[in-house]
Amino acid sequence: MIDETQVRTPPVELTDLDTLEAESIHIIREVVAEFENPVMLFSGGKDSVLMLHLARKAFAPGRVPFPIMHVDTGHNFPEVIEFRDRTVEEHDLRLEVSSVQELIDAGRIKVAHELESRNRHQTVALLEAIQGGGYDAVFGGGRRDEEKARAKERVFSFRDKFGQWDPKNQRPELWNLYNGRHRKGEHIRVFPISDWTELDVWRYLAREQVDLPPIYFAHERDVVDHEGLLMAVNEFFPLPEGAEVERLMVRYRTVGDATGTGAVRSEATDYEAVIEETAATRITERGATRGDDRFSEAAMEDRKKEGYF
Amino acid sequence: MASELLRIATAGSVDDGKSTLIGRLLHDTKSIFEDQLESIELTSQKRGNEQTDLALLTDGLRAEREQGITIDVAHRYFATPKRKFVIADTPGHIQYTRNMVTGASNANLALLLVDARKGVLEQTRRHSLLSSLLRVPHLVLCVNKMDLVDYDQAIYDEIREEFSSFAAKLEITDLGFVPISALEGDNVVRRSENMPWFEGQPLLGHLEDVHIASDRNLVDNRFPVQYVIRPQSSEHRDYRGFAGSVVGGIFKQGDEVMAMPSRKTSKIAQIDTPNGAVDQAFPPMAVTLLLEDELDISRGDMICRPTNQPTASRRFEAMVCWFDETSTLRTGAPYQLKHTSRWVAAEVEEMRYQLDVDTLHRDLDADTLEVNDIGRIAIHTTSPLFFDEYRLNRNTGSFILVDPATDLTVAAGMIIGSGGEGTAEGVAPVAENITFHPSKLSREDRWGALQTGGATIWLTGLSGSGKSTIATAVEHTLVSSGRAAYMLDGDNLRHGLNANLGFSAEDRAENVRRVGEVAKVLADSGAVAVVSLVSPYAEDRDKVRAAHEEAGLPFYEVFVDTPLEECERRDPKGIYAKARAGEITDLTGIGSPYEAPGRPELKPDADLETAVREVLALLG
Repeated sequence: MIDETQVRTPPVELTDLDTLEAESIHIIREVVAEFENPVMLFSGGKDSVLMLHLARKAFAPGRVPFPIMHVDTGHNFPEVIEFRDRTVEEHDLRLEVSSVQELIDAGRIKVAHELESRNRHQTVALLEAIQGGGYDAVFGGGRRDEEKARAKERVFSFRDKFGQWDPKNQRPELWNLYNGRHRKGEHIRVFPISDWTELDVWRYLAREQVDLPPIYFAHERDVVDHEGLLMAVNEFFPLPEGAEVERLMVRYRTVGDATGTGAVRSEATDYEAVIEETAATRITERGATRGDDRFSEAAMEDRKKEGYF
Repeated sequence: MASELLRIATAGSVDDGKSTLIGRLLHDTKSIFEDQLESIELTSQKRGNEQTDLALLTDGLRAEREQGITIDVAHRYFATPKRKFVIADTPGHIQYTRNMVTGASNANLALLLVDARKGVLEQTRRHSLLSSLLRVPHLVLCVNKMDLVDYDQAIYDEIREEFSSFAAKLEITDLGFVPISALEGDNVVRRSENMPWFEGQPLLGHLEDVHIASDRNLVDNRFPVQYVIRPQSSEHRDYRGFAGSVVGGIFKQGDEVMAMPSRKTSKIAQIDTPNGAVDQAFPPMAVTLLLEDELDISRGDMICRPTNQPTASRRFEAMVCWFDETSTLRTGAPYQLKHTSRWVAAEVEEMRYQLDVDTLHRDLDADTLEVNDIGRIAIHTTSPLFFDEYRLNRNTGSFILVDPATDLTVAAGMIIGSGGEGTAEGVAPVAENITFHPSKLSREDRWGALQTGGATIWLTGLSGSGKSTIATAVEHTLVSSGRAAYMLDGDNLRHGLNANLGFSAEDRAENVRRVGEVAKVLADSGAVAVVSLVSPYAEDRDKVRAAHEEAGLPFYEVFVDTPLEECERRDPKGIYAKARAGEITDLTGIGSPYEAPGRPELKPDADLETAVREVLALLG
């Protein structure tokens, strides 16, 4: 018998967050049931933290039945790496690290200079790791509200032998019937949190009191204003000539390659404050913090076609 | 900040302002960010547009911006304190019917636009048919560009009337109208001062208030098993949970449930959710069910109630929309079919007709479907599906077809039923309402005139038990004495009436149902139907009994209780030998269960003559 006090009676309607949660869990379970060798990308960023949290719920009380993979650019925020390792230990996960640095050292990736953004190089590392590990399904934390090209992405997104995306030739996706069929060497990118917005992510993480890397909350940091982005002063960011270093209260809205990710001014030190700020903000998270997405209108589309996250 | 999620599918012709409307909704609900706005303002200026082209917000791919068209389904998000909205924005060009179908498949509401200057066009009709076909529960027609017709009420009324009369031919349950100007913002978020004659809500208010909770099927319990959770850790050694999403009904702790295809029953011991145990689960919750008994259940099985089961069949009729540009529908060709959490091999047995989405005309001569075509087909699958009609359940009534040669999703289907000529999904039945035609003769008159009385004698038992021997003798005796009687022999009927059935539990059930129906007709006509059928499942036999009782016809269950050893010794057809040799796997009594009747009217004597006398005595 079950202890009556532990059983809740919910209403016969779900809230928006519960609906999103249910849909994402359905997708994650579907992948594990149909694929032989899935892997989940995990950067320590809030979207991958959310995705992992949902995966843990999907298979509770069992373990997460696949490894997680970090594509490590070598340009990291130390707080994020520390968070990653802590998460792996806490939840008894298997971690694979695909290192951009190793590929540079081996001469497989050519860099113009040591401190250029390695965002784009992640694609090479990612595709090599997928091929090397024989992964047939790769969970990514991409959301459709992030960017225009992502808005056109399927939940199950087919990648050919070269890991490439063909946006004009996507499989139609109806009801919750996902077609993950593929040949050897091909794989499917799966985006279980496609329909979550930035605000949904924050509201849910707050509701669940999920642990995040501390750089997501406001803290004091030395920064310089570089082409409109607030760049942290550290080993990855050589001070431009004449740059003025300021110590400001900032937080990060996204976590990417440390050379290309900027912070935003913020006083939000806890979840509640971050949600308030997110609800009121007038600039997209990528626009505010990512140098790499500002080159052209189709920057993301081009990178995605090559096999980017 | 608890709110609901509403999914919207938008459609419209090129240039009727759909993208502008979405841009307006996003803009006026403050869901557009400044950098997005700056970027499209810049592009608009570069192109020499006078106003900021809000359409640029939704056109995400390079080719779309270059050609000024929308190619693919784009998803857009906005929220108000009342609801979170997901818009599946689908292009309106003729060649992209498949995108509209895709967007509509999950939508709670379809948003259609017409240009006030042009009125209802071919495309408007096509999009509303598709919404109806996909059973989108709510439809709102926005009459756009009212600013260009001087906000004239007469024009709006005329369009409204024209569309209403067209929509009456479809199955649209909830239809709303709003006159708007997406460009100027009239009646989009705020009530327009330019149209004081319009008494309804502006569009956003309508979207916030439309009632969607009761669109779900909360009556027919359906739970396709997605994955079995067995942690096998020391802490949860005995945990065996069936993970999946509820797609129908409300499952409650303690409920008796049945698993298809095994038809084994148990009770729900526990319902685990991502947020702890609950005492009930309903759509669209993703949960894990734990049962009291250890049943052999795996992915693809369906948990339901013993008293309310989905149809189990390998044959069904469906409306399909063809998606693939590189191939056409081929009857007899192999396809992979995905339905709930099952993949099965399938073939299209027959093409019934192609539906002209503009005229609703049915082309019975069509023998294939091309990209964006819609038609009705008969499908045959290698193993049974557990389904409901799409009209009753969008999840258990839908499927996709995949071409195994290319792995592409080539078609989407909506199940109409397990056979027979019905209606086209989405189109209101006109002359095809199936009604019961009462005969002019009452049963009393008929039986009286013929000086007879009908009944069904149902002989059940193992193969080789002697059912047919008894049945033949009973039939012979009755007919010799001048009484109409007819033997329905299971083996014989499998050559004709039931030629398309196998020996799975589902097919056996259907076999019994059909024989039961024929017996009923014979009995009603005044004859004695003498049925000789293994009919191994109590439930199937009980259904036949219930059908007779409902029709007021006598039904006598006769259990020919010959022990298995004796049947096997006799083995008149040599099938026990084959079963023991492994050549037959599902013989009743060996590889397949036989459920003996609890309270048969008669268990006849082993001696044939005595048995026949006993059976005849039942008839009085």
